[in-house]
Amino acid sequence: MSISIQSLRKSFGSYTALDDLSLEVPDGSLTALLGPSGSGKTTLLRIVAGLEFADPGSGRIAFHGEDVSAIPAGKRGVGFVFQHYALFRHMTVAQNIAFGLSVAPRSSRLQAEEIRRRVMELLKLVKLDGLEGRRPHELSGGQRQRVALARALAIRPKVLLLDEPFGALDAQVRKDLRRWLRVFHDEIGLTTLFVTHDQEEALELADQVVVMRNARIEQVGNPQTVYDQPRTPFVYEFLGNVNKLGFGNDTRYVRPHEIEVLFAAEFDPSTDSLAQVHHLFSAGPVATLTAKLHDGQFLDIELSRRQLAELSLSVGDEVAVRPLVAERVR
Amino acid sequence: MACKKRVIPGFSLSLGVTVIYLGLIIMIPLAALFLKAAGVGPAEWWEILTTRRVLQAAKLTFGASAAAAMVSVVLGLLVTWVLVRYEFPGKRLLDGMVDLPFALPTAVAGITLTQIYAPNGWIGIHLEKLGIQAAYNSLGVFIALTFIGFPFVVRTVQPVMEDLGKDIEEAAATLGADRWTVFWRVILPMLTPALVTGFALAFARAIGEYGSVIFISGNLPMKTEILPLLIVSQLEQFKYGAASVIAAAMLTVSFLLLLLINLLQRRMDWQHR
Repeated sequence: MSISIQSLRKSFGSYTALDDLSLEVPDGSLTALLGPSGSGKTTLLRIVAGLEFADPGSGRIAFHGEDVSAIPAGKRGVGFVFQHYALFRHMTVAQNIAFGLSVAPRSSRLQAEEIRRRVMELLKLVKLDGLEGRRPHELSGGQRQRVALARALAIRPKVLLLDEPFGALDAQVRKDLRRWLRVFHDEIGLTTLFVTHDQEEALELADQVVVMRNARIEQVGNPQTVYDQPRTPFVYEFLGNVNKLGFGNDTRYVRPHEIEVLFAAEFDPSTDSLAQVHHLFSAGPVATLTAKLHDGQFLDIELSRRQLAELSLSVGDEVAVRPLVAERVR
Repeated sequence: MACKKRVIPGFSLSLGVTVIYLGLIIMIPLAALFLKAAGVGPAEWWEILTTRRVLQAAKLTFGASAAAAMVSVVLGLLVTWVLVRYEFPGKRLLDGMVDLPFALPTAVAGITLTQIYAPNGWIGIHLEKLGIQAAYNSLGVFIALTFIGFPFVVRTVQPVMEDLGKDIEEAAATLGADRWTVFWRVILPMLTPALVTGFALAFARAIGEYGSVIFISGNLPMKTEILPLLIVSQLEQFKYGAASVIAAAMLTVSFLLLLLINLLQRRMDWQHR
């Protein structure tokens, strides 16, 4: 189901958390709300969930065209996953997953047998079969988060909302679970909105990335677009490493891997600048070269280790640097 | 154990202090009590413990203590809820006031409660009109025991409730649970181990309470006399044997009850299983 958000405003006292914000989340997409802390991304997610309400008289939230702005969280049909899992620690895994089904109004509640069947189905779906009798404290962080996901899915939500779902996990588990979630999303095709402050996570996982800053949306687009064609300096700097160069009043941005390094003899004054090798670092998949331009500014350049070997440079050498992509100036 | 290298040294020293302390302050006096009680023959034991006066006092002591601890749990839960969940002016003051029953000399508490709940007291006068007598009977005993018991519940439940994240409730809410269901099926079960601990502490304290009760109870043998008072009155009549027999029996029963509550609490505390 698509999510349509129109001119939403939210303030806490004098603090504005969301400022006239509109967003379309296409049906079946995996959309990331990306931004630094305080950008309003979590507030937006919570308003979509119905855990928080927009300022009176402002905005509208619709699921598949149907206005849900006034419907409380419990009746909105959203699956919400919290950063710290928020599992019920006095219940077993199975009881946790069954919770939403067992508290449904008597008239629409499923038979116990049917609930059990669905819990087993969900356990299989999140690859936790056999752990139904465990309690949350006996599980690892990644397993707990998958229980939380299964619990959210049990009520067959219209949309799935994840608040920093990998925020509390170790780097490795985080990576695995991220990849797993992508595959999982493609399998079930549920419209999913997730909050993250990790640009790598957003770019790797999402179909659509929404970059937020200071209660507003800076840019919306697929990962390729927001990375390659940032609309604002903020997006440029927030998504990946970037060199920010000042020329008088003019600021130029260029990503470290979008610069070619040439021998000084190949210098072409129309495109290149001359620079001195300031630092070399090649312990990793890519080598990094820091060049010092003649006006004193530093430029980080990423190149393959083979390229670096072919150039056989050492600190202090003079080189020509050539931006590979048409300059983007703001 | 002690020869293993530890980050913080002093295991043997601290264990030594612990053992000596427990010995001097707890074990030796209790052993002396049981020794004294053992000096009385088994037949006499039975005779002392089955007198109507002792049985009545035991019934009142354990009954009123259990009831007071139960009410303390409910009241304590309510007060804790207010203290943890809401922000309001004077919250710190209220929080501090919870501890007053700990600090107040029990005799002062007893005298004050009696003044207020006696038939001519501020509250007692109104209760009198309703036909309720709140002092010089078992209700008075119960009131005094509730007064001293409820801080234990607040102080044991408070940290646990503070630890309960708001996200737990929100998770339950997004899953369709109404407030009532959230309370009964999520919050209350999570607080239960702490509530049981609070109950045990309030109960234990109430059984041994003396100072506040003797003023408000009226101390009528067979009616409003509690076990601690009975022990004191035996001592005053130089019946040391009888006093120690009653004390030993009371101690044993209390210990068994607390052990039972602790086992129950352990069973419920999913975190420590």
